Amino acid sequence: MRTQPLVEQMELMGCIQCGRCTGGCPLARKTALNIRSLIYDMLVAPEMDVHAHQELWDCTCCFTCVERCPKDVRPAELIIALRGEMVESGRIPETVGAALMGVFRQGNPSGIAREDRSAWVGDGPQPKAAQEGCELLYFVGCSPSYDPRLQTVPRTLARVFSQAGTDFGTLGTEENCCGSEVQRMGEAGLFEMLVEENGELIRRTGASRLVTTSPHCYTALKNEYALGKVEVLHYTQLLADLLAHGQLAFDREVPRIVTYHDPCFLGKHNQIYEEPRAVLNAIPGLQLVEMDRNRERSLCCEGGGGRMWAEGTNPEERLSAQRVEEAAATGADVLAVACPFCLLTLEDAVKVAGLEDQLRVMDVAELVADALDLPVTNQIGAPLARSTGPEREC
Amino acid sequence: MSLSRVGVYVCHCGTNIAANVDVARLAEFARSLPGAVLARDYPYMCSDRGQALIREDVSEQALDRVVVAACSPRMHEPTFRDAVRQAGLNPYMVEMANIREQCAWVHDDRARATEKATRLVASAVARAVLLEPLEERQVDVEPGVVVIGGGIAGLAATLTVAEAGYSAYLVERSGSLGGRVRELDRTYPTLDKVQVVLRELVSRVAAHPNVTILLRSSVTSVDGCVGDFTVEVKTRGANLGEGVDASRDSQTLVVGSVIVATGFDPFDPRRKPELGYGQYPSVITTLELEQRLAAGDLGDNGAAPRRVAFLQCVGSRDVQVGNPYCSRVCCMVVAKQARQLRGLMPDAEITVYYSDVRTFGKGAEEFYDETRAQGVLYRRASVSEIVRSQNRVRLVGEDTLLSRAIGVEVDLVVLATGMEAGADSASLSAMLRLQRSPDGFFLEAHPKLRPVDTATAGVYLAGCCQGPKGIADTIAHAKAAASSALIPLLRGSVQADAATAIVNPALCANCGLCVEECPYGAPALDPFRGVATVNALLCQGCGACAVVCPAKAISLQHATACQVLAQVDALMA
Repeated sequence: MRTQPLVEQMELMGCIQCGRCTGGCPLARKTALNIRSLIYDMLVAPEMDVHAHQELWDCTCCFTCVERCPKDVRPAELIIALRGEMVESGRIPETVGAALMGVFRQGNPSGIAREDRSAWVGDGPQPKAAQEGCELLYFVGCSPSYDPRLQTVPRTLARVFSQAGTDFGTLGTEENCCGSEVQRMGEAGLFEMLVEENGELIRRTGASRLVTTSPHCYTALKNEYALGKVEVLHYTQLLADLLAHGQLAFDREVPRIVTYHDPCFLGKHNQIYEEPRAVLNAIPGLQLVEMDRNRERSLCCEGGGGRMWAEGTNPEERLSAQRVEEAAATGADVLAVACPFCLLTLEDAVKVAGLEDQLRVMDVAELVADALDLPVTNQIGAPLARSTGPEREC
Repeated sequence: MSLSRVGVYVCHCGTNIAANVDVARLAEFARSLPGAVLARDYPYMCSDRGQALIREDVSEQALDRVVVAACSPRMHEPTFRDAVRQAGLNPYMVEMANIREQCAWVHDDRARATEKATRLVASAVARAVLLEPLEERQVDVEPGVVVIGGGIAGLAATLTVAEAGYSAYLVERSGSLGGRVRELDRTYPTLDKVQVVLRELVSRVAAHPNVTILLRSSVTSVDGCVGDFTVEVKTRGANLGEGVDASRDSQTLVVGSVIVATGFDPFDPRRKPELGYGQYPSVITTLELEQRLAAGDLGDNGAAPRRVAFLQCVGSRDVQVGNPYCSRVCCMVVAKQARQLRGLMPDAEITVYYSDVRTFGKGAEEFYDETRAQGVLYRRASVSEIVRSQNRVRLVGEDTLLSRAIGVEVDLVVLATGMEAGADSASLSAMLRLQRSPDGFFLEAHPKLRPVDTATAGVYLAGCCQGPKGIADTIAHAKAAASSALIPLLRGSVQADAATAIVNPALCANCGLCVEECPYGAPALDPFRGVATVNALLCQGCGACAVVCPAKAISLQHATACQVLAQVDALMA
């Protein structure tokens, strides 16, 4: 491919080659991914063979590089654009192709049947159909809808929203992938289509607020959909708001030492650091301890940027393995997360590290369920059947 | 109107104007304007030859008004006023059309830019024919200077003023003199003891009979204009004796010039949380290391660090923290400190992590060479993150020459923190009517030609309040500011702008609205005549009173309603 168009579009001439992007990149320490050097290549050479850079699929879009760049170059966005070149050519990893096809056909990257999207409700109360109008639209997201391990999170949240007296509804089986990961895997055309379709669906509900389970959906819906007057919230923000206004109160003690892992798409992408902590701190008996790297310094779990579907070239220890060691070092018995991808990657890492007896990975919503003594908590920790969809690689 | 003889001069400004405006066509158009008797275009009207052209035409063609279509009047109006004055015309008979900043520089469609330039010139000529000669006032200059800020810049400026034989009032906020320099150990590139240099300067200032030092004092207001500033200074109680009336803690100084030397604030590296400053005790700033070096105690409890890292450009050249500029001193500060540590800890491994090294200035590159020769390693890697690693910290980054991610455990990290505009810059800029550049520092009148002047005549900048500087540059800048501040004092009188407000007593209803409106206290109601009067010495020509006057009794000379309306009519025609 010719480099000039991207050099101009991404304003790469602003780069001073300081290396803080690659220096801060958690994958650069493990694989050939070196975005600083790639930018230099693009600046000096008129042509580039993008397919020679399979390590571009390693990027988790954690946005550390974007945060660190002193010149406002946005290296991760260049990676997404280069992935776009590969997608355009059709030469992409098989698993990426399958995920994109799944979204196109079934509205979720696992390609599971669209009509099963409400399976997360289980034997809980059926939420109201947002299509009939509601104040608060709950956007459940693909992984929490389908993955049995994650389904406890929306199930809990739905009960909490009811208990707090909100007028909430969901899109049911009409809900579609938000496209966050689609965009980051470089499939701009499909993403544009999703933005159009979902945007229309969301606007038609007349909801004034939209809440998401996942920071990934949150990022896409808040920053990349022009939803106008619809206020987009991550559920930790909504819970913090309900607590602050007395619409929600915890009465059951949860005597646990908890450390909180900031998800990249909540933290580095959206600077939401305090609300999840406010929710945790409101739980009686819970003691919050911080990891050495927290907030904007949080280490990526390696689950974003399409990495739940793209294997990448990292042959070494997962970042999630390093992260659970950091969590264990705090002496916490719970590693709290607020992102479905973090929940899966870190839970796996705890198992791989043999830390199950010492450290349990829980979503903030699950700790909230404990603090509210909701029945849904019974399912937490129970052995779960794996998804019936295509095998996830992690 | 037909009696006026206007000469129009269209400047090419090299290609600055000529590239985007058809100057020949513009001159031709100008000749057709009512009142215009000639029009010329010329490569540089501000050059000696350009000015001579105007002078010759004024004499030979009996011009009585001159229009120059060129740059902003802020740039060269004084030049052309002088030129016509030399040719025997009143200097207020010049009008400028700004066809550079407001036309050629901001438009790229040549035809439309030329069309706009014709309107601007037509407007200037329409106004020019209505201009009236005004008498410039001579203002006696008060023979003193107020210097705000007692750091090294303020001290150097104060001493220069005092040695020239004038009174200098040095106003310092804190209880002692020397400012940031008090915290420094040695200079670069000569490795002199800073405190010895400072002590000598302070004692010379303190001992000088022309100097009044006001410690624990702040300037609370500045009124008046060049030659005649009234400066209110408030002193906090500490140096007043018992039983002193609290209202006596403020005083009024009347001086001819004001020098602003308010310095900078060091960047707070907590704004880059990835570097762990404030979190890890082994991460310190260059300023902190300087204090430790000065105290002769590295704060290591005897266990000398085996591995020391310096990190360049912390809080500088970084748009993420809003500081896009280079702080200019850090590279040399680091080279100097690394050299000092080398001497103190011959066995330590000392590495400077940089992305560019900027050791400019006399003796600076040579100093950098010698620092490396003495065993300080320079590694082209800017550290992205610092993390804990047992008792040490680990630097995480990329060696950009090796294209390799690195993680290095070190005992001591020194962050080369840059400079920022002082936190009080905003309030000072409002009080002194100073402009600030986008970086937050005070803006000089011209980046090359007037580096210590400001847009407010009689107010000058010294040192880091204008932008980051090392000690040598600060002192040079301060002495330049003092020299400029002395010019009006040495002349003894200054010409004040005649473009001031005047009251037509026949129309004045003595309502007092002008008194309320004026920010400079220029108008007052005359109790005997029952009309308003304007003190021309205080009037800054802003026109607020003329606008607010319901009886239209006040008119602003050189911007009368007739002149402005003619200008607008020509623009809209």
